[in-house]
Amino acid sequence: MAEAIHVDALVKTFGPTRALDGLDLAVRTGEVHGFLGPNGAGKSTTIRILLGLLRADSGSARLLGGDPRRDATELHRRLAYVPGDVTLWPNLSGGEVIDLLGRLRGGLNVKRRDELLERFDLDPRKKGRAYSKGNRQKVALVAALASDVDLLILDEPTSGLDPLMEEVFRQVIREEQQRDGRTVLLSSHILAEVEALCDRLTIIRDGRAVETGTLADMRHLTRTSIEVDLAGPAPGLDTLPGVHDLRTHNGTVRFDVDTSALDAVLRQLTTVGILSLTSQPPTLEELFLRHYDRTQADGKPQTKVTR
Amino acid sequence: MNSLTGTRALARLALRLDRVRLTVWVLGLAVMPMGTAANYLSLYPTDQDLRAVSAVLANPSLVALSGPLFGVSIGGLTVWKIGVTEFILVGLMSLLTVVRHTRTEEESGRLELIGATVVGRYAPLTAALLVTTLANLAIAVLIALGLLATGLPAAGSLAFGLATGLAGMLFAAVAAASAQLTQSARAASALAGAVLGGTYLLRAVGDTGPTWLSWLSPTGWALHLRPYAGERWWVAGLFVGIAAVFATAGYALVARRDVGAGLLPQRLGPAESSPALRSPLALAWRLHRGLLLGWTIGLALTGAVMGGAAAGIGDLQSPNQQLTDILTRMGGNSGLTDAFLAAIFGITGMVAAAYTVQATLRLRQEESSGRVEALLATPVGRVRWAASHLTFALLGTALLLAVAGVAGGVGYGMQIHDVGGQIGRLLGAALVQLPATWVLAGFGTALIGLAPRFSALAWAALIVSVLLVELGALFGLSRWIVDATPFAHVPKLPGSAFTVTPMLWLTAVALALGAVGLAGLHRRDMPVA
Repeated sequence: MAEAIHVDALVKTFGPTRALDGLDLAVRTGEVHGFLGPNGAGKSTTIRILLGLLRADSGSARLLGGDPRRDATELHRRLAYVPGDVTLWPNLSGGEVIDLLGRLRGGLNVKRRDELLERFDLDPRKKGRAYSKGNRQKVALVAALASDVDLLILDEPTSGLDPLMEEVFRQVIREEQQRDGRTVLLSSHILAEVEALCDRLTIIRDGRAVETGTLADMRHLTRTSIEVDLAGPAPGLDTLPGVHDLRTHNGTVRFDVDTSALDAVLRQLTTVGILSLTSQPPTLEELFLRHYDRTQADGKPQTKVTR
Repeated sequence: MNSLTGTRALARLALRLDRVRLTVWVLGLAVMPMGTAANYLSLYPTDQDLRAVSAVLANPSLVALSGPLFGVSIGGLTVWKIGVTEFILVGLMSLLTVVRHTRTEEESGRLELIGATVVGRYAPLTAALLVTTLANLAIAVLIALGLLATGLPAAGSLAFGLATGLAGMLFAAVAAASAQLTQSARAASALAGAVLGGTYLLRAVGDTGPTWLSWLSPTGWALHLRPYAGERWWVAGLFVGIAAVFATAGYALVARRDVGAGLLPQRLGPAESSPALRSPLALAWRLHRGLLLGWTIGLALTGAVMGGAAAGIGDLQSPNQQLTDILTRMGGNSGLTDAFLAAIFGITGMVAAAYTVQATLRLRQEESSGRVEALLATPVGRVRWAASHLTFALLGTALLLAVAGVAGGVGYGMQIHDVGGQIGRLLGAALVQLPATWVLAGFGTALIGLAPRFSALAWAALIVSVLLVELGALFGLSRWIVDATPFAHVPKLPGSAFTVTPMLWLTAVALALGAVGLAGLHRRDMPVA
């Protein structure tokens, strides 16, 4: 099976709100797939449909080759889920919740559990009501990661973690990547996290996938910033296709260049002679912002993103 | 800024948040004494009637339940009948209100939001106490005016209002201290509630045995203030003194602790779960066991006391005809004792149904808190999850009724030296209530499945049922309205003939409602906030 998740033209409305508006999403088996979008874009709604908790109004969703709603029980044996807002039973200890969720999934790896508790620095003896948001999230993460499953669905799993713990989370996910056939759907609005972890990503906005592919694919759509000191004047640089925002200051030339035109532009520069050059690859952040700016410029109704 | 800045704004906020809840409490508590007095006025029109009924009330079980009867008069009887209930309920209202506006706010983190604005350190506690005082004052005034309007003496009416209001304030002060001790609001309420329950037991023991014990209990003081029986106004000073001690303790503790922290240490749980915690049913047991245990103890005690009290009914030499009529109407038609027992178990059934509703609505609580999401993402299906909680609603109620029946059988049987025979009879009288309680579980499940946001209507259904059964005949409502409640169809045991048909019908209705609810749950979106 090549695809762990396949979602086609999914629509879900809550009263007058159209939470999903024809969403497409394809997650290949074995990859870490970033599911990126601002708050309210429809990430959690999509995940809840995939878990069979919500019923889609139209469109189709397939999960591990089954129907998320009809085959929920069988499918849930093969996946683990970390909700975006983890709530625990106030009178159960974290360790009890981890063991319970693991056993309900059909057993958990005790050695792995202890190792994860250690790495996430989590005290499993505290009662549910005593945990902070970050620690509740750790409880759910340990429960999910200690289970031997094919698919991990993580809904903004690091939103309550401190930077140290976020680094631990990244290491753990990277280890999962090494394991064969384990797929991760990682919903997030933290671009650096997706950039650091994901093989492919889908950007969602207002219930619709607006961009999907590898990070490299997406970088093709974007520009690299170049700052260069040249041996002599470089006439005609501003007329080269793909060069934008050319500025010269005290002999230092700065410009942005479309990634597709990078090769031709660098050739032109080397003919003049380069003294020093720094280049900044496009960050996901820029990509993200540019995307939202672009749709804004199209004159489509804009509601949420103002940055 | 001084340490009380912002008190007025917080008090106003608390009143706004509680406007419905407190209004219902105040009106309910204010109306009960008046209604009881009016009822007794029509029930015992002559002194002879009063003396006849008063003779019965010296029975130790009844004294344990409601305290001694201090005055043979309508007023005295009213205080005896409703007093202890009133003091317990007003204490409950007060402690819940204080905890709600202090520790609950703190636990939820909302107080932190408020604390960052211009609010003094003592403002939240002061505001909570202020609002509670206001409610208690309203109750006291309304009770006094209501009883006065019924035609009872002024001094006694005032004393009864005062006793109720002061009892409320005392437990408000207890809660002010307990809310500082624990981190969780639930534990704070439980602690103050335990004090409340303790004072009740102390009074029950003291009133039947060594009287000085009853003088240690504030619930006892309220009676010792002697409304309508030569008022002892100085007892009010006891309330004020002890309330001041608790309130001072509360304020002293506020000054000593951090926001969010408690003074009692948090207990740690096990690092790993026991091997038994591996199914939805095992989880449900963990979540329900505390509640079920509390209810079991409560119903066992009530059953035993009521069984004991029933023996005294038989001693009644010249029964008041109207009392007999009332009991017969509530109970059955063979023998006064049986009628009394049947009435008691009818009420027990409705009380146990409160547990049924509470346990059923736990499903909804699990959903709206969001806890169900992680659970339903495991191979646990919705119906299996729902069934795990409904098991406790259905079988838990069966356990409660069985315990009440057995305890009643022991209590009554010991008095008439027939424990073996009475256990069986009263177990039957208790268990016939079961199908009616199941109908409420079914109704609750149907609401959760079809209209989750309105599932609290299950409580409304219970309250309406109780009112219709208890008051329907009194107000001459037509039969078919009363018949709409499940409890109207329960055979009146012991005494009447047992008929199986209504039991089967009630069970069938319960099952049908439950099936509709589960089907709705299976189909609908989850979680609905």
